[in-house]
Amino acid sequence: MSPAASTASRFTPYAATEIAKGWDALYAFLLIASLISCILVIGGLIVFVIKYRRKVEGEKTPYISHSTTLEFLWSFIPFVIFMVVFVWGWKLFHDFRKMPENALEIAVEAQKWDWTFGYKSGRRVSGEFYVPINEPVKLVMTSKDVLHSFFVPAFRNKQDVVPGRYTTYWFQANALGNYQVFCAEYCGDKHSGMLAKVHVVTREQFDEWLSNDPYKGLSSVDIGQKVYAARCVACHQLTDAKGVGPGWKGMFGRSEKMADGSTITADENYIRESILNPNAHVVEGYPAGVMPTFAGQLNEQELMGIIDFIKTVK
Amino acid sequence: MSTVSSSQHNNGHHHAHHFESAEAEYHASKFGTWTFLVTEILMFGGLFVGYILYHERYPQMFHAGSTFLDWRLGALNTVVLLFSSLTMALSIYYAQMNDKRKVLINLYITLACGFVFMIVKAFEYTSKFSHGLFPGKYFNPHEPHAIQLHQQFPDLAQYFSFYFTMTGLHGSHVLVGMGLIGWLIYRAHKGEFHSGYYTPVECVGLFWHLVDLIWIYLFPLLYLVG
Amino acid sequence: MATAAHSGKNYLNEKSGLWSWLTSLDHKRIGIMYMISVMIFFAIGGTFAMLLRWELFGAGPTIMNAHQYNQTMTFHGAIMVFMVIIPGIPAFLGNFILPLHLGAKDVAFPRVNLMSWYCLMVGSAIAFWSLFYHGSDTGWTFYTPYSVTTQNGTIWLVFGAFIIGFSSILTGLNFIVTTHKLRAPGMSFWRMPLFVWALYSTALLQVLATPVLAITLLLLAMERLLGIGVFDPNLGGDPVLFQHFFWFYSHPAVYIMILPAMGVVSEIITAFSHKTIFGYKAIALSSVGIAAVSFFVWGHHMFVSGQSEIAGIIFSFITMLVGVPTAIKCFNWVATLYRGSVRFDSPLLFALGFLFLFTIGGVTGIILATVGIDVHFHDTYFVVAHFHYVMVGGTLMAIMGGIYYWFPKMFGKLVNEFWARLSFVFIFIGFNVTFFPQFVLGAMGMPRRYFDYLPEYEPLNRISSFGAWTIGVGFLIGLGVIIHGLLRGKPAGPNPWGAKTLEWTTASPPPHENFLVQPVVTAGPYEYR
Repeated sequence: MSPAASTASRFTPYAATEIAKGWDALYAFLLIASLISCILVIGGLIVFVIKYRRKVEGEKTPYISHSTTLEFLWSFIPFVIFMVVFVWGWKLFHDFRKMPENALEIAVEAQKWDWTFGYKSGRRVSGEFYVPINEPVKLVMTSKDVLHSFFVPAFRNKQDVVPGRYTTYWFQANALGNYQVFCAEYCGDKHSGMLAKVHVVTREQFDEWLSNDPYKGLSSVDIGQKVYAARCVACHQLTDAKGVGPGWKGMFGRSEKMADGSTITADENYIRESILNPNAHVVEGYPAGVMPTFAGQLNEQELMGIIDFIKTVK
Repeated sequence: MSTVSSSQHNNGHHHAHHFESAEAEYHASKFGTWTFLVTEILMFGGLFVGYILYHERYPQMFHAGSTFLDWRLGALNTVVLLFSSLTMALSIYYAQMNDKRKVLINLYITLACGFVFMIVKAFEYTSKFSHGLFPGKYFNPHEPHAIQLHQQFPDLAQYFSFYFTMTGLHGSHVLVGMGLIGWLIYRAHKGEFHSGYYTPVECVGLFWHLVDLIWIYLFPLLYLVG
Repeated sequence: MATAAHSGKNYLNEKSGLWSWLTSLDHKRIGIMYMISVMIFFAIGGTFAMLLRWELFGAGPTIMNAHQYNQTMTFHGAIMVFMVIIPGIPAFLGNFILPLHLGAKDVAFPRVNLMSWYCLMVGSAIAFWSLFYHGSDTGWTFYTPYSVTTQNGTIWLVFGAFIIGFSSILTGLNFIVTTHKLRAPGMSFWRMPLFVWALYSTALLQVLATPVLAITLLLLAMERLLGIGVFDPNLGGDPVLFQHFFWFYSHPAVYIMILPAMGVVSEIITAFSHKTIFGYKAIALSSVGIAAVSFFVWGHHMFVSGQSEIAGIIFSFITMLVGVPTAIKCFNWVATLYRGSVRFDSPLLFALGFLFLFTIGGVTGIILATVGIDVHFHDTYFVVAHFHYVMVGGTLMAIMGGIYYWFPKMFGKLVNEFWARLSFVFIFIGFNVTFFPQFVLGAMGMPRRYFDYLPEYEPLNRISSFGAWTIGVGFLIGLGVIIHGLLRGKPAGPNPWGAKTLEWTTASPPPHENFLVQPVVTAGPYEYR
């Protein structure tokens, strides 16, 4: 069973970094400490209410106002435990937040509702990205619109992605596999669909992947389909159903009434404009400002690919 | 059911049924007013914190923004409000002295000061508006100096957002205070305040002093920063 | 006055007609008005919860689309927080009981008290009005910049919450002054019932924290209307500043929700174990202590927001400190039961249920306060489970217990014990079935506010949904118990539980003036000797 697939059968996901294992250790300690406290309080409660249940009306109870010793003990002992946990958690947090030197840097850009990953080599990918095993990776993240949060359960770490500034996140995966990336900060309709995968591969596979032309040997339509699966699928369906945006089935060549009253035929130019400047002409019935611009994110090859792909969706 | 109803020309103000004495009611009302003032301070406190944070972040922009304000008008308003606080305090004093005429004179002066403050404020606002210095996204300067500064500080509108939000919220408190003083004048005319009962005068007075106090912080922050 | 009581007059039948209620200055009537409104809001918010769990019954769309889900989630949260749990105990039970507990005839400012109820009504009406403007889908936290950009009636919901805030401030102000100025002769602070201590601490929070919410919501509204650029990064603002402002209110607000519940539990446990409270001063002071510390822990909602590492560590440390007074309370309650004479009526069952669930909510709170652990749990179902254990398992259990406990005082009638206990069984079991699996879901990494989820999360979500419907049945039974009690309840007499606090010395229901003879206090509140 691959690490990612095994998540369903465990209480916590597979731990794919050293720090994640450290997290699991502290969590195990906390669970045991919590269990003992619950047994003390709830167990004491159950024993007392059964043992001292009222047998006759009007029975006398002893007048026990307080006990300084006991009260000191059950505030001081929890305090000591809390401090142990606090310091342990502090250390763990520091490990999560201390950015390594000489890490592989990846620029992460979040927008409603997908993730884009940019490598120093200029390679930009969406929906999934690759990292080499046993090497520190540092993500420098920002958002184009609202708050998002980069969350990989297998790494036990998350970090909010904030518009107008950079936040950072690092990990060093020590197990090969595909790990789930979630958006953990509520960001609107497709929040739960804002997913990605991180592929942890060997250094050789990583180098090969990074140097490869992703679209080598693919037809324009196939390129479009790949882009669709990474960037468009959250809002546009391949049926004619109305999602966040219009479904693509039969859309190409159709005349659409615009919100401003004009009529435009969905040809190559209109689709291109809708991708690069989505609010210029919005089809009636869809609110403006929902679709983000993809200007600067898709190259000409990809734009043409999408247009060609849309033509095939009939 | 007896509530805070008043009876004229005698010292025996009828206190509400759940208080043991008029004095207890007086202390409770004053305590309640102080508590309310605490909430006001916390509310304005949020604005002040926001102002200070952004002033730290963009000190030059805030300095540039403050050059559009006329400190002389701000100073005039400060003097007006300080004076009105004095007359407000005097009206309480004369209520305790059973001097109805002087209570009224002082309340009228306080009210007039409030008017003067609001009129000066209105002049300031209209002069800002006439130069396109609106808050937030309506900020659209069309005066060379302002256009130049706007190019230098693209977020200059934020300074005016703070200016209008803070003075606007303060101004609305002045208006509420004026309404309350008007209500005091109405009741003073009916002769309801005397040495045995002047709780409303004192409580409104506390509120008015707070409004004054907030302005004393707003004036240097907005007009004299830099 | 005495003649009025002898003729069977009480606050309920003294005057009649709807108008006499809507203009009443009697704290007891205002308390009942709060009870009815909070119950209605709870029914609406609860219906939203049932719909949410129905949607999450299986992966993929079940009964609604993502947008509708987000709106349902937003309204469930906003209604439950602002209209049910915050006014729930202070404004409803507190209004009714506080003056009775103090031996006073009313709260200090009855007209302000009535105005506070109208603020809640008007604010709620405005909040619901947003539904006619395509609702709102920001979540109850209104995080910027999403809440600034989303196109709908968010502004109405924000404005409604703003007005409701005044209701909370005015109630808090009233309670502070009442506690200071209207205590019966002989009632020193150390002779006040613990419910009063809890309400007093709560009132401090309401008065000190809510104004910050007011200014935050005002700035948010200005941001939407005028684009003032305080929270919008495109205009030079800082979206994270909103979180600081919001949680500076909303963290104390969670203690506004739980402290009064702790007060109710202290009352019920002493009354039904027929024994004085163990460690009165520790419990009283721990309420004030929790209230004081709660102002300095807001950053624990923001461990991963981008605030500095040192801030996260400091907030984690201070949050741990809240655990100490909370632990004292729990242990002292258990110690009160020791060698008591415990009677298992429905109020006690709910109080024990509170202790059970609150303990689990409390220890998971410590888990979340551990900053290194929270980076995984933040914004997952673990958090959802935790705060439901505290807010629902804690506060709602206490409200139900409080209703059953003071029902005889309020209406002079007894509820049907069998059905009351049955409602407890359904709520208690349903609650654990609903929320315990969510701890596991959170540990597995399922983020919250998800309309759809990966297939591996389906089995536990399904269990959770069954649990939610069980809770729903429990509350329906509870409603039936209350209505049946009102119509057919047996006469209660002044003190059916044999409790010692002042409210049980007057008639049930109490007369308009509460006490025909001004009580004079000569001893503490729990003198079971």
